[in-house]
Amino acid sequence: MSKYTLSVNGENLEVDVVPDMPLLWVLRDKLKLTGTKFGCGIAQCGSCTVHIDGVAVRSCVLPVSAVSGPVTTIEGLAPGDDLHPLQSAWIEHDVPQCGYCQAGQIMSAAALLSNNSQPSDDDIDQALAGNYCRCGTYVRIRKAVHTAASFYNADKRNG
Amino acid sequence: MNSKKISRRNLFKASAIAGGGLMLKLSLPANALEDGATTLVKSSELNFYVKIASDGQITIYAPNPEMGQGIKTTLPMIIAEEMGANWDDVEVVLAPIDPAKFGLQGSGGSMSVTRNFDAMRRMGASAREMLIGAASQLMEVERRDLKAESSQVIHGSGRSMTFGQLASVAAQQPVPVPEQLSFKDPRSYSIIGTSVGSVDNLVIATGLSKFGIDVDVPGMKFASYTRCPRPGGKAISFNRAEIKALPGVVDAFILQPDARSGKASMAFLEGLAELQGGVAIVGDDTWSVFAAKAKLKVNWDESAASADQWSKMVTDARAIAAKGGGEVKLVGASVPEALSDSNNRTIEGFYEFPYVAHVCMEPMNCTVDFRKGTAGKPASMEIWLGSQFPNQVKEIAENMLGVKQENVKVHGLRMGGGFGRRAVHDFAAEAMAISHKSGLPVKLTWTRTDDIHNDYFRVGGFENMKGAVSPDGKLAAWDQHYIGFADSGKPVIGSGLRGNELPMVAFDNASVRQSMMPVATACGAWRAPGSNTNAFVEQSFIHELANLAERDHVEFLTELMGSRRWIDEGNISALNTGRAIDVIKLAAEKAGWGRKMPEGTGLGLAFYFCHAAHVAEVAEVSVDADKNYRVKRVTVAVDVGPIINMSGAINQVQGSIVDGLSTMALQEITMQNGRIEQDNFHQYPVMRIASTPEIDVHFIQSDNKPTGLGEPALPPLAPAVTNAIFAATGERIRSMPLSNAGFKLV
Ligand code: FES
Ligand code: FES
Repeated sequence: MSKYTLSVNGENLEVDVVPDMPLLWVLRDKLKLTGTKFGCGIAQCGSCTVHIDGVAVRSCVLPVSAVSGPVTTIEGLAPGDDLHPLQSAWIEHDVPQCGYCQAGQIMSAAALLSNNSQPSDDDIDQALAGNYCRCGTYVRIRKAVHTAASFYNADKRNG
Repeated sequence: MNSKKISRRNLFKASAIAGGGLMLKLSLPANALEDGATTLVKSSELNFYVKIASDGQITIYAPNPEMGQGIKTTLPMIIAEEMGANWDDVEVVLAPIDPAKFGLQGSGGSMSVTRNFDAMRRMGASAREMLIGAASQLMEVERRDLKAESSQVIHGSGRSMTFGQLASVAAQQPVPVPEQLSFKDPRSYSIIGTSVGSVDNLVIATGLSKFGIDVDVPGMKFASYTRCPRPGGKAISFNRAEIKALPGVVDAFILQPDARSGKASMAFLEGLAELQGGVAIVGDDTWSVFAAKAKLKVNWDESAASADQWSKMVTDARAIAAKGGGEVKLVGASVPEALSDSNNRTIEGFYEFPYVAHVCMEPMNCTVDFRKGTAGKPASMEIWLGSQFPNQVKEIAENMLGVKQENVKVHGLRMGGGFGRRAVHDFAAEAMAISHKSGLPVKLTWTRTDDIHNDYFRVGGFENMKGAVSPDGKLAAWDQHYIGFADSGKPVIGSGLRGNELPMVAFDNASVRQSMMPVATACGAWRAPGSNTNAFVEQSFIHELANLAERDHVEFLTELMGSRRWIDEGNISALNTGRAIDVIKLAAEKAGWGRKMPEGTGLGLAFYFCHAAHVAEVAEVSVDADKNYRVKRVTVAVDVGPIINMSGAINQVQGSIVDGLSTMALQEITMQNGRIEQDNFHQYPVMRIASTPEIDVHFIQSDNKPTGLGEPALPPLAPAVTNAIFAATGERIRSMPLSNAGFKLV
């Protein structure tokens, strides 16, 4: 076992775990942040997507010892009491079915929007290519990402 | 923390209106949103389903388990409508598992709406009458001059009282006799038929929703379980000392198969399951028990293990098809003659569909706290799981471990997908046995490999088809030989024909036979059992015959329906040819059927009736020279009677199209000497976002009873796509998944 200090959603937290424990299980079992989901453990489904330094990564294959920057999970995507534009857009478009994949979808989409505030369908398809939705909500996911992008841009215009 | 309630409707509106800028304050603790706002004011219970607080907040209990089909939103909408409530004032709470109050709390077979529509209307109407009774008493006016709407009871004079003001007196009113309740005129509906966002969207989008896999109970340990790779095998010994010495491992032990938990029937959905033998590992976190599982070396007794072999099943089925015969289900006297009449044109095709897995996004898991009995106190158990029929696990606890059902408490959590998989509780039996043996509260989580290998699969099968068309282009003979699978002599769920299929009820020149082969691999219900495979064969072969007859497919298919009639008047499980013709024509019209298609593209049509639903679909597909195909658009026409939640209904149809496409394009489970050959998503892929077609959904809101939509939009998809590929290329696909024939979905 080794001690690691992780920055998660803006807080520094210490965990004492084996070095090869994937970040996913540190978040879920040790830090009790269960919004990040387990789907496959082999970087195929995207349920476990979090941000490290703003980049979307699959936490199921990232050993805790290799975490190199601040971690953001779905619980910390929007600071304080606010909702992220994507979360609002997800609600507006009634995207979820079972909901299990959606945290991962939103995290992948958030990484996209932070680099590309006017994504095309192709951009969205690429950014979300690593995220399965077994319930098949892809049509609404695309729409919601476009809507969120428009919130984003309006937000910027309004300062 | 103030106690102001977040209305999801308000949130929806706010987010729509706020548009630019959009930042919304959450002023409630997360658990309050999840559990229903914990208001500080007094609430009065009008019936098991409805509570109204003096500040006007209405709590409605959702009785049925939620797996993504939207039922947690749909059923409360019906209650709210009949009450005259404002949806903005409603907070939906998942009901505790209590069949005495909430009836069969199960989700399966697309039956929740059908089964509950009247019951929910009665609950709403009953609450409404009690509110009106209270208003009549408090306002000292006649009941008949009062009406309930917008969460108020309004008198003809314009005076009104809010539901909140009336709640405590309403709760004292006599409960109305069900037979005397009257229901609202559908034309005055203000909630039913509208688009309502799912009640859990906020907690889902913020990562706060709790699924079974997220359960955390005090003192809980984590467990993995490893079964014999060949189903039916049991563990003799394993490297216990090595495993126990691994970091984070607390205990490791063998569980012997235990039939007392109840045997899973492959022929009927019963929810029970036999405990399978294997090795349990208990530890401090999920990773430790997964990592230890990977290091297991088990000596298995495979004397009773499955030796199923998919390649052999295919060979055997072809031999059965060549030989003919089988159990006769329907005799068309003129069929042999029509097939050999040289004036007719004939065609023959052998169709094949594989076993497939459910791969719910959330792998199976269950948390159990078994507490030993002590002097004067019986043994008890608390169980947390996502299940389509949560109450049934009590039976397993009693049968297997002798814990009386009244001492078992079950918590049903939101499911990360069900599709029929969470109707069988083998994983719960494992968690119970592990908690029992270790003496600890444990959460058992399956790896994705466990989840695939231990599935109750959608059964594969074969159909040998022969047909003839007469010189005038009419169907002259339909000869169908279904070759499926049986367990202990009974066809497994989803194998074989029911008898209510289109050729069986509507063709007068059809012969249908059925042969069954034995199977050991576990089979179960998978979204639209039976229909999801038979639709592919039946609707493809009808298209083959239409082409053979050089007839337009829409015209040929509607002609086969014959006159507009309900095959068995009043029976919702019986085809109604009039409704069928209407959805076929609507889908064709909306898809622009008959227009000239560019080179390499085609339109394909299919219709299917199941789960009391009539559904037609037209797929528009383009195919390139390398067999890369793209489904550009699917046009869907559905008649399930009136729609309760428009947004939810469209979501279900969109999801069914994607699921159908994913399955037909990519998925196949194969057995090699009993072992399932697919271990994870790299060998059993799910369709990704880039392949998603445009999906255009149309409803015919007939005046039939509303019926469920979780399943019936899936079956027509595969034949619509393969018929479109035929139209585009002239190549007939008779086997799924299409990847086996070199077709690649892009
Ligand atoms: S759980 Fe990480 S990609 Fe599937
Ligand atoms: S909503 Fe169920 S997996 Fe995406």
